[in-house]
Amino acid sequence: MTATTAIPAHRRRKRTPMTWLRGGGLWNLLFLLPMLIVFGVFSWGPIVESVVMSVQKTNFVTTSFVGIDNFVAVFNDPQLATAVTNTAWFALLALIFGYPLPLIVAVLMSEVRRRRGLFSALAYLPVVVPPVVAALLWKRFFDASPHGVFNTIIGWVGIPPQPWIQSASSAMPSIVLEATWAAAGGTIIIYLAALTSVAPELYDAAEVDGAGIWQKIWHVTLPQLRGVLLVTFILQIIGTAQVFLEPFLITGGGPVNSTLTILQLIYRYAFTNSIGGDYGKATALSIMLALVLAAFSFVYFRVTRAWSEN
Amino acid sequence: MTATSTTQSGVLELSAGARVKKPAKPLPEQSDRSIVSHSDWRKKRVFFGLSALHLALLVLLVLWGIGPLLWLLKSAITPTQDTLQAPMELFPHGVAWSNLWSAWFTVGIGTQFLNTVWVAIGSWFVQLLVATTAGYVLAVLRPAYAKVFNWLVLATLFVPAVVLLVPLYLTILHPPLIGVSLINTFWAVWLPAGANAFNILLVTRFFSNLPREIFEAARTDGAGPLRLFWSIVLPLSRPILGVVSVFAIINAWKDYLWPMLVLTNPAIQPLSVRLPNIQSMTDLGVFLAALAISMIIPIALFLFFQRMFLRSAGLGGAVKG
Repeated sequence: MTATTAIPAHRRRKRTPMTWLRGGGLWNLLFLLPMLIVFGVFSWGPIVESVVMSVQKTNFVTTSFVGIDNFVAVFNDPQLATAVTNTAWFALLALIFGYPLPLIVAVLMSEVRRRRGLFSALAYLPVVVPPVVAALLWKRFFDASPHGVFNTIIGWVGIPPQPWIQSASSAMPSIVLEATWAAAGGTIIIYLAALTSVAPELYDAAEVDGAGIWQKIWHVTLPQLRGVLLVTFILQIIGTAQVFLEPFLITGGGPVNSTLTILQLIYRYAFTNSIGGDYGKATALSIMLALVLAAFSFVYFRVTRAWSEN
Repeated sequence: MTATSTTQSGVLELSAGARVKKPAKPLPEQSDRSIVSHSDWRKKRVFFGLSALHLALLVLLVLWGIGPLLWLLKSAITPTQDTLQAPMELFPHGVAWSNLWSAWFTVGIGTQFLNTVWVAIGSWFVQLLVATTAGYVLAVLRPAYAKVFNWLVLATLFVPAVVLLVPLYLTILHPPLIGVSLINTFWAVWLPAGANAFNILLVTRFFSNLPREIFEAARTDGAGPLRLFWSIVLPLSRPILGVVSVFAIINAWKDYLWPMLVLTNPAIQPLSVRLPNIQSMTDLGVFLAALAISMIIPIALFLFFQRMFLRSAGLGGAVKG
């Protein structure tokens, strides 16, 4: 009885404004203020607003609740299937071009004894080139005339000029080639960091058991990289699902929508309509994409946290 | 199992590297052996095989890593007709230095260059201000509600940027309280850049690894929260502030979609937004010169802070979201 009354009394005394102030409560809030303002206005607020807008229809003057109409409208848009297929095609090509190769390069680089920094710097250099510069530069490389850069180079070995970004079938692979050039260095460096943290004793032990180089790669290196391989896989899926800049600047979504991606479709809904943006449809599609990606992010988070706890 | 240890050792090494001006080895975490053992290396077949592979790799990396960039540098000072007719030949009809001149003055890339610098400085300052003050509260002062905010910040890592696009655009168009549109002001780029959860994650982690005894000692000596922040925590955190700074500047240089939406006035557009708009109306040689000028600062930063870049990129696998 006395105990139950004593505890609330104790708590009440602890929580007077004076003790809060003396304990530095005001300072805490003051230091928290920049984050509260910036995240409140430019992150948390817009996230909530995005959910609200996806169930609304906005004209210049009126805003009305329309339920799932925006989502239905997006699903009925024939462009959606095109955009999803193209984005999946981009993601698949990006995996084929840009997933195994960095691993092979990183394994080879981890064996370099001298000047490994030079190798890393060369591999990473394209990553620091501004993406707009890279995309516009490669657009020039893809020039379809016989005097184009790539057409000149393949001409040296007798291959006839290719249409590159001018044809619906080769436009997407061309863009993926550029995107891989721009991104592979980052993946190589991640693998390299993981490779150097493999405990040397594991290799020593494998050698005692008589393992050769290939067996060491297969039975020690790859199992040790399992986690990093999963993480880079998920990061790549999340990144490629949101590809915008490269197709937007290199082909503008063409030819005949063959490189229209989901993000470009969102951009078209929101910002290229002459009679005012269809914000409802744009936010509805972004939220659907976000939900799919959140599933991937969740797996990623679980994996990295599992590592941290071990 | 290695994520935390690499993260922590990486961060700690950063701090060591920042204090010791010239570290002996470029990659301190490098172990004394890797897949191929020392005795394997002594075998002739392995030695020559691997050396040949490494040489081939080096040649490929040169072609891949700086080949396109060298082509751009060459073409930036090549007359347009030569680039169009014989893009792979080296100056068949001489050098056109005038391309650089025209790009900077006639096309006005100089203005865009300064705009980009201005965008980068402002974004850098806002990001650093938000990340350090938030990190200080969440990791050092630790009020009871710190966990809630920590969680709220981390949660935004799961939200892809595309979700923010439209509502953020409308927020810039009609910001709360001040009532004036921020479109075509640098604030439209600076302020949203501050809402970067990855920065806060990095800084909070670093701050919570600082020895708390130092804080207690400073408090005993009568340091208030402000003094503790300015004279103890910030000076101890130079390495992580360096990482956040370099990324803030590089990202400001890289950003395209957002500044394109909110900076529609060519006079204040950064390079990334202006370049695509001028490509159709600019002479090719001059345009390539403009592209070359646009990549100089990021590449210079990279060459200068190489170790920091590569180590942070390696951490990316463990923490980046």
